[in-house]
Amino acid sequence: MKTTITVNGEARTLDLDTRTTLLDALREHLGLTGSKKGCDHGQCGACTVLVNGTRINSCLSLAAMHDGDAVTTIEGIGSVGKLSPLQTAFLTEDAFQCGYCTPGQICSAVGMLQEVADNWPSQETTDLTGKISLTDDELRERMSGNICRCSAYPQIVAAIRSVAGEPA
Amino acid sequence: MSSVIDWEAASNPVKENRAGNIGKAVDRYEGPLKVTGTAPYAYEVAPPSPPAYGVLVSAPIARGRIAAIDIAAAQASPGVLLVWTHANAPAQGPRPARYDFFTPAPRPSLDSDQVHYFGQQVAVVVADTLENATAGAALVNLTFEEDASSVIFHDHYAEGVQPPGESDVEIGDFEAGFAAAPVKIDDVWRSPLQNHCQMEPCATTAWWEGDKLTVHTSIQMVRYAQNSLAETLMISNKNVHLLTRYVGGGFGGKGSFYDDLVLASLAARELRRPVKIAYSRQQMMHGTVHRPATEMRVRLGATADGKLTAMSMMTTTHCDRRGNFTEHASNFARNLYAAPNRLTGHRLVRLDLPVASAMRAPGEASGTLSLEVAMDELAEKLGMDPVELRIRNEPPTDPETGKPFSIRQLVRCMREGAQTFGWDKRQPTPGQVRDGRWLVGLGMAAAIRGNFLLPAKASFTVDADGVITVKQGMTDIGTGTYTVLAQIAAETLGVPLGDVRVEIGDSELPPAPGSGGQFGAATAGSAALDAGMNLRKAIAEIAISDPASPLFGGPSEQITFQDGVIAIANRSERLADLIRRNRPDGLTADGEVRPAADASQWSSHTYGAHYVEVGVDTVTGEVRTRRMLGVFAAGRILNWKTARSQLTGGMIWGVGSALTEGNSVDPHHGSLINQDLAGYLVPVQADIGELDAVMLDEVDDKANPMGIKGVGELGISGAGAAVANAIYNACGVRVRDYPITPDKLIAALEAQGR
Repeated sequence: MKTTITVNGEARTLDLDTRTTLLDALREHLGLTGSKKGCDHGQCGACTVLVNGTRINSCLSLAAMHDGDAVTTIEGIGSVGKLSPLQTAFLTEDAFQCGYCTPGQICSAVGMLQEVADNWPSQETTDLTGKISLTDDELRERMSGNICRCSAYPQIVAAIRSVAGEPA
Repeated sequence: MSSVIDWEAASNPVKENRAGNIGKAVDRYEGPLKVTGTAPYAYEVAPPSPPAYGVLVSAPIARGRIAAIDIAAAQASPGVLLVWTHANAPAQGPRPARYDFFTPAPRPSLDSDQVHYFGQQVAVVVADTLENATAGAALVNLTFEEDASSVIFHDHYAEGVQPPGESDVEIGDFEAGFAAAPVKIDDVWRSPLQNHCQMEPCATTAWWEGDKLTVHTSIQMVRYAQNSLAETLMISNKNVHLLTRYVGGGFGGKGSFYDDLVLASLAARELRRPVKIAYSRQQMMHGTVHRPATEMRVRLGATADGKLTAMSMMTTTHCDRRGNFTEHASNFARNLYAAPNRLTGHRLVRLDLPVASAMRAPGEASGTLSLEVAMDELAEKLGMDPVELRIRNEPPTDPETGKPFSIRQLVRCMREGAQTFGWDKRQPTPGQVRDGRWLVGLGMAAAIRGNFLLPAKASFTVDADGVITVKQGMTDIGTGTYTVLAQIAAETLGVPLGDVRVEIGDSELPPAPGSGGQFGAATAGSAALDAGMNLRKAIAEIAISDPASPLFGGPSEQITFQDGVIAIANRSERLADLIRRNRPDGLTADGEVRPAADASQWSSHTYGAHYVEVGVDTVTGEVRTRRMLGVFAAGRILNWKTARSQLTGGMIWGVGSALTEGNSVDPHHGSLINQDLAGYLVPVQADIGELDAVMLDEVDDKANPMGIKGVGELGISGAGAAVANAIYNACGVRVRDYPITPDKLIAALEAQGR
C-alpha cells in the first residue's frame, strides 16, 4: 500500500507490503541504515527514532501506520561533517564501542530531553507537580530502554550530561 | 627468531612517544561514522544489485532427526525463490570430528537429518523481500523424531571427564596440606550458562561475480573465516573475499561463524543475485554459542596468621556433544596466590545443548566468582582485612611454575584502589550500615587475566600527500583497533593523526588473528609497529639517495620523523615532497610480529582490583551497585579513552554476572528459557551507578616490542566477586549460586529474621 512519510524533512512515498515495519521501511526501502535492528521486539532500543518528535521503537510499528507522520532518524540529527552537539558529546566522551546501539541511544536521548523539558514524569520522579530536574537517577531511568552490551553506560551519562547541563 | 631480551633492550618510536600520540585520550577513528549511523555493518552494505532475503528455520528439539519434510507450501508462498533443507542443500565440505579456534575447517550447513541441539538451523527460505521470506519460513513443515536427551547440567555432574589432553595440576600434597591447615574454607559455587547478547545479530550479505565470492559478515577473525568458508564451499580461498569492517559486538561469540555466512554464500550462488541473511535475536541465543555453566569447588587452607598452605579449585563444566570447549575456570588460580600445596583441574560433561565456546574472559570471568569470594570468606574467618589477606599471599614468583613475573603490580592496584575508594570505612562485621530500608556494604576482589601475543602481519603505505595508510586483516569489534593503529602509525612515522588512514576487516589485507583473548592490540599493534619501522627505513634510504633532497648523502640512522617532516639535524623537507618526487604512486612496507622464542620464560598477566559499594533492599531483596572502582595494571596504555571504556565495560559485565545474567535450560526440549533481551537480563543504564576505572602507569617490556598488554577482558575478571562480597558485607548473606537474584536474597534475609 502507498504510504507517505516525511523522513528527515523530506516527503517520501513508498509502496509497501502491509507487513513492513517502520524500521525495515527505513533500512531496506529508504537506505537509511542508521536505525539498527537489535532484537525486532522492542526490547533493546537500537531502532529508536523520533515520530513527530516522540521517541519510539521503530521495529514495533508498521510503516503503514505512519502515513502523514514526520520521522527523524539518526541521519536527520547530524552528519559526519556537521555533528549535532549530542553526537559530538558521544564521540568525545567515548559513549560507545561497537557503535551498533549508538544511533538509537542518540535518538532516544533527543526524545528524552524533550520529555523532561515537557515535564513528563518517570518512575524516579518524586514530585509530580514541580519542574522535573534531570538528576543522574532520572537520566539513567529514562535511558534504560536502550541497551548497550559494550556497557558504555557511564560514558553515555557523561555525554548526555554535557549537553543537558547539570540538574537544577 | 625474536627474543624478549631484544624487545626489552630496543627503543622504538612507540616507547619514545615524542609526539605524545601514545596513551593519549584520542577519540575513536571511526567514531564520526558510528554516531551518525553511517558505518555500514554487514547487513547494511549495498550489494551491486538488489538482494534477496534469507530467513532461517530452527529445530525445536534437543536431539533426534528430521523424519519428514514438506516444503511445498513454503515454495508456493509469494515471492519465495528457494527453500533448502538437508534433503536439497548443496554439497559442502565435510564436518570435522572436532573444531578448534585456529584450524580452518569446513562448517557445512543443513548437512544431515540429525538434530544435535535445540535451535540448530534446519532450513532456509530465500525470497524477494524480508516479509515474504519470513512468511515462507513459517510454512516450512518439518516432522521431527525426538530422541532422549541429556540437557540438565546438574543431573550429569558425575559424568564429568578429564578434558582431552589435560590433567589435573598438583604441586606439593594438597590433601595433606589441607587436612593439616588450622583454618579452612570448603565451598561450592555455581555459575549459570550465559549468552553474549551482542547488539548486532550475526548477519551476512553475499554476492558472486563469476566464481569470486564477496561476502560481508560480522565476525572477529577474518582469515580463519575466509579459509573455513572456502573449505565449506569447496573453492579456493583466493575466490573468497571476506569483509567485516564494522562489527556490532563480538565478546567471543563471533570468534567463529554460523549458518548465515554459509547459506547466504550458497544461496547467492544458486540464485545468481546477492543474498542477505541475519539471525533473529532468538536464533542468537541457541544458534550461536554461549558460556557454559560451571560448578566450582574451592578449598583453602591457611595458618592462623593468614598464610595459605593449601589451595584447590576444581571446576566441572559442560560443552556440546560434538565439542571439546572447556571453560577453564580454574586456570587463573594457578597464577594468583602463593600456597605450597595446590590442586587445580577441570571436568567436562557433554550434553545435548547448543555449542559452548568462549565468552569474554573465558575462565577468569566464571572462576573469579568462586575463588575471590572464598578469599573473602577466609579473611572473615581469620578476622583479617580481605586486602591484607591477599597481600600476605602475594607470591614472589609465579606460584605454579616458579617463573619470574614480567611485571606484577597487583598489590599496588589493591592499595591504590583501597585508598581512592575509601576502603577504610568498611565495617568488617556484616549488616552494620543501614540507609532507610537499604543495608549498605563494601566489597573487593582481585583481577587477573593472561597476556598473549600471536603471529600477525601489517603493511604501511605513504602516498604523495604524506598520508600514511595502515592495512591489516584485523577487526575492530568496538575494541578501538582502528584508533590505536592510527596512533601507532602517527607516532612511528611522525605525522599528524589526521594524516593516517586505517583499512582493516578485509581478507585481502595482510593477515592478523583478529579480536579475542585480549590479544588484539598487542598482536595487531606490534605488527603495525614493525611495518612502520620498515617504512621509516625505506623512506630514509630514498631520502639519502635523492640528490634533490636536502637529506641527500646524510647518515640514514640519524633521520628524524616529526610533524610530517623528515630531517637530519637542520636539513629537512616535508615527507610528502620526498614521496611526490620519488614515489608518486606511493611507497609500501610490510611488517610482522611473532611470539618471542623465550616469552615462556616469564609469567605475564594483567592485574587489577575492584572495589564496590552496594545497597541491598531489605524489603525486596534488590541489589543496587552504588559505587564501583577498578584499578588496573595492563602494561603501557595506547589510548586512555578507549582502554578505560573497555575496562568499565568489562566491570559492568561483572555486575551482570553477579546480579542478573544467566540462562536456564528447559528439561524437556533443551531450549534456553530466556530467548530474548526481555528474559535474559543484561545490565541496563539504571543498573549502574557511579563507576570508574583507573589505569596504573606500567610498561611490560617483555610482553611485546611496545610493552603493552590487553584490557578487553581484564575488567570483567573479579568484578562480580567484588559485588558478591559487598552484598555479604551489606546483609550477611552468601549466595553461591549465581546470579544473586532477589528471590535468593529474600529467602536468606527472612531466615536471618531481617
